[in-house]
Amino acid sequence: MSKSLKVLKDKSCSEISDKGDGFSHDGNSWFYTDKVKEHFFHPVNIFRTTEEAKEFEKIADGVGMVGSPACGDGMKMFIMVDQKNDRLKEVKWQTYGCGTAIASTSAFSVMLTKKGGMKIDDALKITPKEIADFIGGIPPRKFHCSVLADKAFREAVNDYFRKTGQLERIKGEKVEVVDNVLKITTADIEHAVLEGAIDFEAVQRKTKVGIHDKNCIPKVKELIEKYKEKYYGDE
Amino acid sequence: MKFIRKKVGVQKIAEPVFNMKKIYLDNSATTSINNEVKNEMDKYISKVYGNPGSFHNVGLIAKNAVADSRERVSKIIGSKSSEVVFTSGGTESINLAIKGRAFAMQGKKKHIITSTIEHPAVLETCRYLEKKGFEVSYVSPGKDGLIDVDEIEKSIREDTFLVSIIYANNEIGVIQDINKLSKICNAKNITFHTDACQAAGYLDIDVKNLGVDMMTLNGSKIYGPKGVGLLYVKTGTLIEPLFHGGGQEMNKRAGTENVPGIMGFAKALEIVVDERKSEAERLTILRDKLIEGIIKKIPKAKLNGHAKKRLPNNVNVSFLDVEGEAILLYLDSKGVYASSGSACTSSTLDPSHVILAMGIPYEYAHGSIRFSLGKDTTTEDIDYVLEILPEIVENLRNISPFNVDEKKLEVKNE
Repeated sequence: MSKSLKVLKDKSCSEISDKGDGFSHDGNSWFYTDKVKEHFFHPVNIFRTTEEAKEFEKIADGVGMVGSPACGDGMKMFIMVDQKNDRLKEVKWQTYGCGTAIASTSAFSVMLTKKGGMKIDDALKITPKEIADFIGGIPPRKFHCSVLADKAFREAVNDYFRKTGQLERIKGEKVEVVDNVLKITTADIEHAVLEGAIDFEAVQRKTKVGIHDKNCIPKVKELIEKYKEKYYGDE
Repeated sequence: MKFIRKKVGVQKIAEPVFNMKKIYLDNSATTSINNEVKNEMDKYISKVYGNPGSFHNVGLIAKNAVADSRERVSKIIGSKSSEVVFTSGGTESINLAIKGRAFAMQGKKKHIITSTIEHPAVLETCRYLEKKGFEVSYVSPGKDGLIDVDEIEKSIREDTFLVSIIYANNEIGVIQDINKLSKICNAKNITFHTDACQAAGYLDIDVKNLGVDMMTLNGSKIYGPKGVGLLYVKTGTLIEPLFHGGGQEMNKRAGTENVPGIMGFAKALEIVVDERKSEAERLTILRDKLIEGIIKKIPKAKLNGHAKKRLPNNVNVSFLDVEGEAILLYLDSKGVYASSGSACTSSTLDPSHVILAMGIPYEYAHGSIRFSLGKDTTTEDIDYVLEILPEIVENLRNISPFNVDEKKLEVKNE
């Protein structure tokens, strides 16, 4: 292992675990940061009832969904677009997940819609890491929760592009799905490696890859080696 | 040159809150400490500081104290005092029983039988032994969590030397027929160990009635201290020690005895056994009230594990379409402390192995919550949980994208 790689690994671990990984036995302090807590207890851009969600789905400009109840993770995002300005007018969501999933999706929906709504192209540049930072950090093993929000949003935007015939805008890069259950792509693996996850266990902790789709594990291991070499070299 | 003591930064630890509503329903994780036990321990911490191994009066007092505890404990479990080995807790006792027995049998026999719903201390110890050349059969329970005695019998081989089965499960509270299981093993000269940590407060733990060769107990589930437990080892059952040193605990566990811990443990065990019958009756009523209330008030809720053959203090329920950790966090904010078998609360990101082992679908496993009642639990506490829980589940269902049809989910075992 090269020295630079080791430094990066150590740094990213301490950086993430210093924040939001608090633990208490008393119910006063919290497992998560105050901002996570705020969004968890008072999530925004949600529906009051499931019927309301069903109605909104009919009129939404784009809908995206990832995960399944069997996985223990599920995320659905609904977007309304100001077509003239190519901005996000409204972002609503539903999630089946833990505290982090609920909080990070709520926070993400705020990021996307504040100040009159983000331009779609800018919104697509937001990374899961930025969502995590926005709510003051997420414990490392919960990182995949913010990835889920990001993925559901991308699906919703692609759905909007399809519905409005902007097929050329659908992400055409050579991204391949590796984990067929959680729809984890080569890009997700690359991203995880870039953030310092340099072995399979670390990548799995970040992305949950291979937990339900065990067949993809050899392929993922290969990809990790590839990206490791690409970004860190092998000495 | 002057030496100045450097101030060392201490990480801020949250101050406990005492005025908030606090309904502790996680007694299977650990119990609070009984006041009488604490007082007993205080006495030994401050006054009886001697090493039981020392050859003088201070040491002798400590030695007599430990001997007294051993005597009292052995009376409760119906053993000889020389068959009681004090350890640092349930995990050590289990390791000592399984690894200790395995290493004693090395080169002679190599097969172990256990179940898929054991505590990780058993499962991980067995996996470790598999790496060391032993072979392990893991028997799955039926959909109600009960282990079929015939299944165990069928798994027995010529070279089986140990069977280890949990008496009452820590997650679902299901009670196994230890007596039947031990009979089969005794007949075939196979050592039988049971992990009785959760059972001690509510069930018969007389080793003769149970017919076991080894039994694990610990202090932290019986309103006693953490960091102390025992392993009963029947005379004639050879085990290799895990710790080598000064020959304490009849050469089975070296290391200076944890005198205050051992005294506290004995006291705690006496008290729970004394109150066992009345507590079991009282909690069974509260347990059934909570189960019935949940099933009645919350749609798509399901009890995990056998309804009657379960510990009087265990309620384990699953809610479809919602995730366990989110429920826990909302309960926590309202002063109710429980636990969950959801993937998000585990470090492996896999949901409870116990619930999955019963053949219950993942959809249920992710939304499972365990309420484990205890000596301080009151009817009012149960009423309060039944008052707040339906709303928590409903709110989470409102923001859930799923609406699983429970009729389409099949329980796969059998």
